[in-house]
Amino acid sequence: MIRSDEIPCVPGPRPPPRGTDLPVLLPAAEIVARRAAEERARGGSTLRLRARHGVWLFLAFVFFSGVAEARTGVGGPFWVLSTLWKWSPLLAEGFMLNLIMSFLAMVIGTVTGTLLGVAQISLMPSVKNTSWFVTQFFRNAPWLVLMFYVMYLVPFQFRIGDIVIPFPDWIKATLGFSLPVMANVSELVRGGIQSIPSGQKEAAESLAFTRRQVFWMIIIPQCVKRILPPWMNLYAILTQATVLASIVGVTEMVTTAHEILGAEYEPSLLLPLYTYVLLWFFAYCYPIARWTMHLERKFAV
Amino acid sequence: MTWTPDQPIITIVDVHKSFGEVEVLKGMSFDVSKGEVICIIGPSGSGKSTLLRCINALIPINKGSIKVEGLEVHDPELDQLALRRKVGMVFQQFNLFPHKTAIENVMMAPVHVLKQDKAEVEEQAHRLMAKVRLQDKEQSYPGELSGGQQQRVAIARSLAMNPQVMMFDEVTSALDPETVKEVLFTIRELVEEGMTCLLVTHEMGFAREIADHMYFTDNGVIVEHGPPSTFFKKAQDPRTQEFLSQIL
Repeated sequence: MIRSDEIPCVPGPRPPPRGTDLPVLLPAAEIVARRAAEERARGGSTLRLRARHGVWLFLAFVFFSGVAEARTGVGGPFWVLSTLWKWSPLLAEGFMLNLIMSFLAMVIGTVTGTLLGVAQISLMPSVKNTSWFVTQFFRNAPWLVLMFYVMYLVPFQFRIGDIVIPFPDWIKATLGFSLPVMANVSELVRGGIQSIPSGQKEAAESLAFTRRQVFWMIIIPQCVKRILPPWMNLYAILTQATVLASIVGVTEMVTTAHEILGAEYEPSLLLPLYTYVLLWFFAYCYPIARWTMHLERKFAV
Repeated sequence: MTWTPDQPIITIVDVHKSFGEVEVLKGMSFDVSKGEVICIIGPSGSGKSTLLRCINALIPINKGSIKVEGLEVHDPELDQLALRRKVGMVFQQFNLFPHKTAIENVMMAPVHVLKQDKAEVEEQAHRLMAKVRLQDKEQSYPGELSGGQQQRVAIARSLAMNPQVMMFDEVTSALDPETVKEVLFTIRELVEEGMTCLLVTHEMGFAREIADHMYFTDNGVIVEHGPPSTFFKKAQDPRTQEFLSQIL
């Protein structure tokens, strides 16, 4: 095991190696070192959705469509495109369900996660430990497993007296998604609150602010700024994760795409169709990524 | 016994404070009279900052008594608002609220804690910003100000509560040398107006100039004290002599 004090601490990026047995690697090493330096200067890794990813995706779509067109040779030119166009309203319906699920799961997860996160810094050991355990459990369990849990443990309807409240699959899936979101938000909130320097609390208390005022007027506004960008990232991840619901038979976009493949009975449609689905998700997530980047720059201290 | 203005404004008697096993204050006692300027010096870890925080009830004490204008600071029944209105504190790290502009920083406590009228508070805030000579930086956020400017806003923020005593906890230690001067200038102005001040500082020249009384603390006790004229020239205790020789 390496002890941390044995690692030499050198400011700035490590220079590329000078002497090497494989001089052919040197230019690459220089590029890697330069990129790493840029990333450090920006404060961390910046693997983000960019416009060029959308362009690649679009080019892939055009390429796959062309290949499918050439393979089938039936139905005249632009058969693939017209088929996709034909099914687009149905796909859009499925996509709407993805969005509704992601939106609801985010709302539920954020509300419960915020409470859980605040509980994690409670002064009462029982509250603190319980909320820590709940957070860690749901944060580290695979999303799909959590969804299966909810699918099988939550009944398909609730009966209160004479009123029957149905619980369709998509709502159960939404609950399943809100669990990991809750745990992730909980960690964001806990980390956000703890990242505020203790001097802020001291200064506010010395100005006779009450504990409650310190929390709501000093700590929370500063946390929101810090939490917002990663919270939006979480939302983008959640949106993409909602396609997992197709595994349990919720008719969201990927399920619909699957059914379209069955109806068209044309295997070469598979690649263009799924790339088409990807384009939809890109069109939704890219603006979120842009806005997140904008907020991160704005709130950078 | 009720407090009358002729008595010391702060009375500290045999204060003990431990953090876990470590005893940081081992029985400190002294008085501060109204209008007096007290400078506390000593090596780091000698309990200077802890003492200031105890006076403001930011941290509880284990034993002893601290009274500010007759208020027992560590009485569990204490009205903390009343105490903290009397005692202002300025920190080494400024601790301005980064999400508020300079003038909002100054206005926040009077508006939300004292529930004063916002227009009046704003007028007072303009006066205070002018007093620390930052009237043109009122709308700046702390992140846009230099260290010295931030520290002056912090002083104005503290003054907005109209305190009877100001405590300065190494307020120039985190500053660039060229901005130290402007902060010391502001403090000197306060002293000239008759503000009672408690300074923990490493600025020996400044302390010598403005202090009415010097205290040297080491290892949680007051080793030596006296007016600056005798304190700096005729220190008796070898620990004081050693500290002064290192720093002067």
